[in-house]
Amino acid sequence: MGLVLHRIDDRLIHGQVVVGWGQPLGLRFIVLVDDDVAASDWEQELYRMGVPPDVEVHFLSVADAARTITALHADPRPGILLVNSVDTMRRLIAAAPSIRTVNLGGVHHADGRTQRLRYVFLTPEEEQQLRALEQAGIDITAQDVPGARPISLQDVLAGRGDG
Amino acid sequence: MSDDAIVVGVVAGHGDYAVGMLSAVEQITGRGSSFVAVSNRGKSPPELEAELAAQLDSTGARVIFTDLPAGSCTMAARRLQRARPDVVLVTGANLAVLMEYLFAAISPLGTPVGGLAHTAALARAAVDKARDTLSVSGG
Repeated sequence: MGLVLHRIDDRLIHGQVVVGWGQPLGLRFIVLVDDDVAASDWEQELYRMGVPPDVEVHFLSVADAARTITALHADPRPGILLVNSVDTMRRLIAAAPSIRTVNLGGVHHADGRTQRLRYVFLTPEEEQQLRALEQAGIDITAQDVPGARPISLQDVLAGRGDG
Repeated sequence: MSDDAIVVGVVAGHGDYAVGMLSAVEQITGRGSSFVAVSNRGKSPPELEAELAAQLDSTGARVIFTDLPAGSCTMAARRLQRARPDVVLVTGANLAVLMEYLFAAISPLGTPVGGLAHTAALARAAVDKARDTLSVSGG
């Protein structure tokens, strides 16, 4: 099974991930890739509090995640990898090219971002980074919850996803 | 000060969870306005944390009730607690806990009861009572 989702979500661990995806997948581990969280005991404790005891959580820097990605993909249990930004996913894939799929799960409003979907707001730079990943052969779709229709990057950037 | 002016807590959750809860509190007790509702819908973590802080500041309430222990409202409330340790957080809130807390927190004269230490004790007592309302029968 291994990592079934490589997700960009600025909330990282939250209800949609733990319950919405976690229940139907039978989720057994979460890999939270973030340099700041990996360096902060307080942040790790915060995120661990929200996870059921039977789900393992690994907190890794981008560099450490890239070093262990092969083992993570080979894990027989279902898992989800989380990053909180397009830029972190871009850096991770540059160091871990075995990642071939990206799930856009939630990037919310901030200065400089334009709304593309109900749950996806992007800066021009983020859009360019996603286009570059797609051109490199990465399959990118937006999908907040398992029951929703996956939306192609092309439709996301054209604002055609919520119709 | 009328009862309507006293807000005892902020209810925050996914979708319309909070407004739905308050509508039920209103129907049962006529005191739905004793809480304010916050939805996480469409909000980034910093926006959600800022809204919770603004609601606490504008109402004077010190208790946040959230739905899922792992939900983004809960995470935002926990972040808020780091800077404001006087904030009390109740996760997994149901209708029963809101009403238990409401009636414990407001005296018969419509004034808030007790200080900050008392607020946490009232929340714990309300949770203990509300937990007993979960039951299964039949099958």
